[in-house]
Amino acid sequence: MATVRPHVGRERPSGGFELYSWYFFRLSGLLLIFLAIGHVVIMHVINTVDEIDWQFVADRWNSPFWRAYDWLMLFLALLHGLNGARLAVDDYIRPQGWRILAHSVLWTLAIVFLIIGSIAVLTFDPTRFQAIAHAGG
Amino acid sequence: MTTETAREVRQVSSRGLGAYRGYRPPPGMISWALHRVTGLGVLLFLLLHIVDIFLVNYGPETFNELLFLYRHPVFRIGEIVLVAGLYYHAANGVRIILIDFWPQAYRYERQLFYGVIAVFLLAFVPTAILMIRAILV
Repeated sequence: MATVRPHVGRERPSGGFELYSWYFFRLSGLLLIFLAIGHVVIMHVINTVDEIDWQFVADRWNSPFWRAYDWLMLFLALLHGLNGARLAVDDYIRPQGWRILAHSVLWTLAIVFLIIGSIAVLTFDPTRFQAIAHAGG
Repeated sequence: MTTETAREVRQVSSRGLGAYRGYRPPPGMISWALHRVTGLGVLLFLLLHIVDIFLVNYGPETFNELLFLYRHPVFRIGEIVLVAGLYYHAANGVRIILIDFWPQAYRYERQLFYGVIAVFLLAFVPTAILMIRAILV
């Protein structure tokens, strides 16, 4: 008797955007295991929200390494998460109109949050405020 | 329909939803439902987190004032729940990738699910102890 692998899990899409998103979902997931769990251990276990404040972020983002780390995590986590939300939409929202609306909302969220997140990570300049603080007293 | 398939169908219908294979393995659909719930939960927090980190650009006073939110006891508990969700999502995500890329994985789906629970507990219990201790100190 030939052993045929039973249909298991989500079927791999045959091509196009869906196949890219299938691969991206898995690859970003693997990378995020290291990025997100590393982030949680550093920011929520070793340090806690009692210690973290504006100065903590300013010191941390003095290092290009942590800016790159945080930006990569932002990019991967946001797209990974919204891709998951997109699959949930496809599972539960059937009428075509609502589906288009839901997809539009998700794409808008992706673009807007990617922009404001990138502004935060890449353009933050603590010296601007330190100069004000020094001038003020 | 061959006899083999007919028997398979009968077995599946007699075992109900629990017979879904793959991501929705015999140990209920629990692993799959948890994956989706934790994923959407972490996504929701991520969106909030992007907004709060965007506020570093408004200077130390604004940013530090808003941190009372994250230092509130309700959030500190929520923070532990968030870490639990993230750890489960990471461990179960590895199981999903194994099922996708390792053709024989479906034979061990029950063991893989228990493995996910074991990895989750090994990672989460020490983390939770450290986080609870930090709240109490």
